[in-house]
Amino acid sequence: MKVGPVRCLWLLLILCGLLSTSVGWAGESVRLKGSGASFPFPLYGLWFKEYGKVNRDVIIDYQAKGSGAGIKDFVNKTVDFAASDAAMTDEEMAAVEGGVQLLPMTAGSIVLAYNLPDGPKELKLSREAYTKIFLGQVTKWNDPAIAQANPDAKMPETGITVVRRADSSGTTFVFTQHLGAISEAWTNGPGTGTTVNWPSSDKFIASPKNDGVAATIKQTPGAIGYIEYGFAELGKLPMALLENKAGKFVKPSLESGQAALAGVDLPPDLRAWVPDPSGEEAYPIVTYTWMVFHKKYDDPKKAETIRNVVKYALTDGQKVSGKMGYIPLPDNVVQVVSRALDNIQ
Amino acid sequence: MALPATEREAAFGSVREMATGASISTPPSSLDIFADRVFRGLTLIFAGLTIVLVLYIVLEIGGKAAPAMQKYGLSFIASTTWDVNKARFGVLPEIWGTLYSSVLALVLGGFFGISIAIFLTQDFLPPKLEVIFKNIVELLAAIPSVVYGLWGIFVLIPTIRPVADWVHQHFGWIPFFSTSLSGPGMLPAALVLTIMVLPTISAISRDALSAVPPRLKEAAFGMGATRWEAILRVILPTASTGILGALMLGFGRALGETMALAMLVGNSNQLSISLFSPANTLAALLALNFPEADKRQEQVLMYAAVLLLAITLLVNICGAAVLRRATVRLSGGGK
Repeated sequence: MKVGPVRCLWLLLILCGLLSTSVGWAGESVRLKGSGASFPFPLYGLWFKEYGKVNRDVIIDYQAKGSGAGIKDFVNKTVDFAASDAAMTDEEMAAVEGGVQLLPMTAGSIVLAYNLPDGPKELKLSREAYTKIFLGQVTKWNDPAIAQANPDAKMPETGITVVRRADSSGTTFVFTQHLGAISEAWTNGPGTGTTVNWPSSDKFIASPKNDGVAATIKQTPGAIGYIEYGFAELGKLPMALLENKAGKFVKPSLESGQAALAGVDLPPDLRAWVPDPSGEEAYPIVTYTWMVFHKKYDDPKKAETIRNVVKYALTDGQKVSGKMGYIPLPDNVVQVVSRALDNIQ
Repeated sequence: MALPATEREAAFGSVREMATGASISTPPSSLDIFADRVFRGLTLIFAGLTIVLVLYIVLEIGGKAAPAMQKYGLSFIASTTWDVNKARFGVLPEIWGTLYSSVLALVLGGFFGISIAIFLTQDFLPPKLEVIFKNIVELLAAIPSVVYGLWGIFVLIPTIRPVADWVHQHFGWIPFFSTSLSGPGMLPAALVLTIMVLPTISAISRDALSAVPPRLKEAAFGMGATRWEAILRVILPTASTGILGALMLGFGRALGETMALAMLVGNSNQLSISLFSPANTLAALLALNFPEADKRQEQVLMYAAVLLLAITLLVNICGAAVLRRATVRLSGGGK
């Protein structure tokens, strides 16, 4: 009998179906679902992939929807864990039955990336300068507030276009928290939050997500905006040196980020902010980012898997984070987090 | 789009002839009748379900928006601040941005869309080329909105920036050009929107124009009209119902367009008539704020969604009224 191409296709399909079901049923696998922050997503994605390679019976799905959305999913119990750049508020934590365990998993710097074709190679921004830029009070690149810190460079007369996040975001929260910590005018004006009321000006434009802001900065001469370090590096955008609490201009880097985190003591709930780190070499805008777990899981196997995944992330996982543009957790923090892991049962 | 009455009559006539003239016709079997009834019942149910679905969506959104509506009332429409921390919300800039960008897109898209439709139906091109052109224009409709957004950011904005800068420098005294273009803003958004509504407008206008009976055109030529007189005075007015419908559909699409605008409009609460100023639209506001909204903000966003629905409904009602008036004027003869 001649087998037509259509029949061949059917046969193939059936075979494929059989094969996939038999593979699927081979082992009792554990599936973890998570959602939340997009800022650590590249790193988390890598961790879960590597972990899944070694432990074939574990499948971890992580959706980078944004910190707030992740917490919403977590409270509604549609996911097993969440991730958030803005940790969780007391109010949100109280809404979760059985208790919440927050674990800082990695940290990152938020940088001011800019696009200034005729500008200096290393732009230095004093605290006054960058606060005023984001308050809409400094509108030209040759403003004395900027020129003062860059005496060797001839600043162009280009107008400043501020690019901000259009969606509500943990990145905005951390950035505005820092501005609030160093400037009273900021606290009384826009304030701190995942979205704030930005100054009304036609030179403030907003783009969705970290990559949207990065693309807009890249396409707009005279633009400046705040994005996560990894995205600026990925887009090859120049990053400004910022004046820290000690009055030094610090370049965003792995070392300066680690220096910023060195002076932080974690409270028992592991929610620590560093709105204005004090070290000499510390980069001023850094933050931890958290994973959020239940304290009690109905399925003990799930809880065990979670503990194993976090253990992996704290040991082997930290080794890759530096390369990906994140700041590895300091050793003392790793120890504290490992101990807190026992709370997840 | 309904066929003009004369053509419909002709079509029905020929069907009737076929039915009565054929000798092999038999009365419908009971199976035929059964199938017919089932079909009719199903269509009725599905048509009903569509209405129920629309009502359900309106009720659901309205119900969720109710607390915010009570709290903010009309000041929500009149105020320009959007401050989540201080719980002050207003969407006047978004309403303005939605209408302004859509009207701009409608004017530009309408002009080009109808021109394309005339060009493709009035024998300016050999029929083969006509088909190719038509397909290329309609292909524009298949491009996803995100791609338009990216194209806007990486191609359109860098291209129009020098032009916009020059215009702003020399004609800055005209309110439309009173601010300099920093990148995303009303003009790039409206231009991309124009391209997005173009296929809708041109395809439906083309159908309307080709449905004009050739006899009319021939009569116009016969009375000594030039080609352009025939097109502008006879063919366009005859097809105007269909063309108006096309414009309405295009406007509806422009009002609801989200992703490309969210990427290009600048998302800034500016109330400006300047084409180069960043702006915001209701759809972009909703799309960008929903994922991370808390309960209170969700109610406010639902209120904004109700407003968007209301604007769309209003536009459709106006469109239907204009259509009806145009139909009456044309088929009733007038003077």
